[in-house]
Amino acid sequence: MVLTGAEIVIRCLQEEKVEYVFGYPGGAVLYLYDALFQQEDVRHVLVRHEQAAVHAADGFARSTDKVGVAMVTSGPGATNAVTGIATAYCDSIPLVIISGQVPTAAIGQDAFQEVDTVGITRPCVKHNFLVRDVRDIAATIKKAFYLARTGRPGPVLVDIPKDITIAKCEFEYPKEISLRSYNPVVRGHQGQIKKAVQLLLEAKRPMIYTGGGVVLSDAAEQLTKLTRLLGYPVTNTLMGLGGYPASDRQYLGMPGMHGTYEANMSMHYCDVLLAVGARFDDRVIGNPAHFAEEPRKIIHVDIDPSSISKRVKVDVPIVGDVKDVLDEMIRQLESGAARPNGEHLSAWWKQIEEWRSRDCMAYKNSDEIIKPQFVVQKLWEVTGGNAIVTSDVGQHQMWAAQYYRFDQPRRWLNSGGLGTMGVGMPYAMGAQLAHPDAQVACITGEASIQMNIQELSTCKQFRLPIKICNLNNRYLGMVRQWQQIFHGGRYSESYMDSLPDFAKLAEAYGHVGIRVDRPADVEDAIREAFVKHKNELVFLDFQVDQTENVYPMVQGGKGLTEMILSAEDL
Amino acid sequence: MRHVISLLIENESGALSRVSGLFSARGYNIESLTVAPTEDASMSRMTIVTSGSDDIIEQITKQLNKLVEVVKVVDISEAAHIERELMLIKVRATGKDREEVKRTADIFRARIIDVTDASYVVELTGNQAKLDAFVDALDPALILETVRSGVCGIGRGDRVLKL
Repeated sequence: MVLTGAEIVIRCLQEEKVEYVFGYPGGAVLYLYDALFQQEDVRHVLVRHEQAAVHAADGFARSTDKVGVAMVTSGPGATNAVTGIATAYCDSIPLVIISGQVPTAAIGQDAFQEVDTVGITRPCVKHNFLVRDVRDIAATIKKAFYLARTGRPGPVLVDIPKDITIAKCEFEYPKEISLRSYNPVVRGHQGQIKKAVQLLLEAKRPMIYTGGGVVLSDAAEQLTKLTRLLGYPVTNTLMGLGGYPASDRQYLGMPGMHGTYEANMSMHYCDVLLAVGARFDDRVIGNPAHFAEEPRKIIHVDIDPSSISKRVKVDVPIVGDVKDVLDEMIRQLESGAARPNGEHLSAWWKQIEEWRSRDCMAYKNSDEIIKPQFVVQKLWEVTGGNAIVTSDVGQHQMWAAQYYRFDQPRRWLNSGGLGTMGVGMPYAMGAQLAHPDAQVACITGEASIQMNIQELSTCKQFRLPIKICNLNNRYLGMVRQWQQIFHGGRYSESYMDSLPDFAKLAEAYGHVGIRVDRPADVEDAIREAFVKHKNELVFLDFQVDQTENVYPMVQGGKGLTEMILSAEDL
Repeated sequence: MRHVISLLIENESGALSRVSGLFSARGYNIESLTVAPTEDASMSRMTIVTSGSDDIIEQITKQLNKLVEVVKVVDISEAAHIERELMLIKVRATGKDREEVKRTADIFRARIIDVTDASYVVELTGNQAKLDAFVDALDPALILETVRSGVCGIGRGDRVLKL
């Protein structure tokens, strides 16, 4: 069948079973949008800014195991998308971004709305393509989806000049694709896995540390099984929350800069550390030199060889898909007779319980003023811990991660690697579209939410009943916290004056707005949002304590054991 | 330590900038980089001379391997190998210098490939040290222009970098 390039693109998306494309039209993509208009399988979600298009596609992907798709025009459409692409890249989220480009003959002529999109995005994509021939479109899009979802996932951009979208050729979607230069390892090395299992069984003070890889690989079930089989303590990073049920006794909370005392102490003082789909990020292990002071054997399972021995020297590297490797570990454990040494293990747990008894997550609640932690706890209670929670970036993000206990994967969506403010609402949009019946909450702050506030309009158009929980402290809270602790209390530009009345703003967009000032009203307000206004977007504007800080805290450059546990430690 | 990394990469537009972009983005050092198609026109061979600690070189090879268009990566300096570089050097050749430059070129087994009444273009192939030695042997005042290709390398004997 002979089709235009634009029709081919849309046919490819249909072949890939794409349900939603998040995008914004413009000159260079007019033919693509025309082709989109003339079919019904692929639905388009019109955002109000291209950054949000990519974030929403990203949120869709994070909350499912599917590839998110965004479509933007050339020039500013593409540059607006860059933050979204980089955000997805840093967290290894599978996306395909289709960008329009000026006609082939105009490329390099400084044409209207021309930028070198492939050049600009090169360092923040897994791969990208500029299509120069209509006959290449189908194979390129096939490759893009394949690259995005396999190996270590990531965003792939396909840049298509306008003339290519009107040129015609015979359409056939390739069934298989193979690239001689790209063959990610899936199965872990048997011998290495055997060595790892041996080491785990011999451990006196074992610790399991897992990251986003467990979520991306859909290996939460395997992780839970292995952890319970061994009876070892486990910690999930910010990206890995929900990989292991947070309400389980073996779970020690999140590690790192704002991790729990028990998780950080166990990470530091263990003698065998099993790292799974995690990358020893600076926000997780603090100062690598300090971390290396304590002798321990490290097993590292990751699909990306370049993540292994990058920041921390590893003793047993295992390259492979997390799910596959964990399955094999379980198989070897179950088929062998050896079990962990109970005596050593109970001594280790005794030590851990002692650390846990410090109750590092305790905070002083108040009857007068709303504590942000309290709001997150109430949200957890009212939603029964079952909501999909998105966050923006800053203090509220940490409180959400600390106090909303995720028992399942793909329920916690945040920008962990790039730390992009403004992702919260678009993530919630993508998640709500993917899960129309789910409770979706966006925990945000008054600064972050304003970075993509225009999406309230998209939410109205597509009737997305997300619940926005704005922890409004009138400060760029995390900046203020650092300025208080490290910059002598000089609050340079971290106070935000002239904030809008968020409740009224939400109403102006056609939503429900509720302002909450007193702790006693918090629970009722959340209930009202989720019950009375179940099918509407509700903007809950909580006026919270301006001076509350996130604890525990490991300062940048310090070691994991050098934690500030509360304001008294300052 | 100095390393010579050879790789095969899909001969596609933008492939070179993916490699050079990787080095600049991650702060790796590039001493020289050469690239040209192989006998299979769909693939290019690249030789990169770089330096760094063992950890950094390990990361460089891993990161290069991670690029989707890179087919194969080998650190050829890990074992016996040959390096060659081509230099074209234009020198002033008048009066007594004319004979002197000719003699020096002969000693280095260089070839004079362009002659005018005032200059020579000398072609010299060898490893970096040999080329450096030749430049040092010339009176700096005579050197008009120097062009060096950067290092090409290949493993000795059975070691073959091929798909």
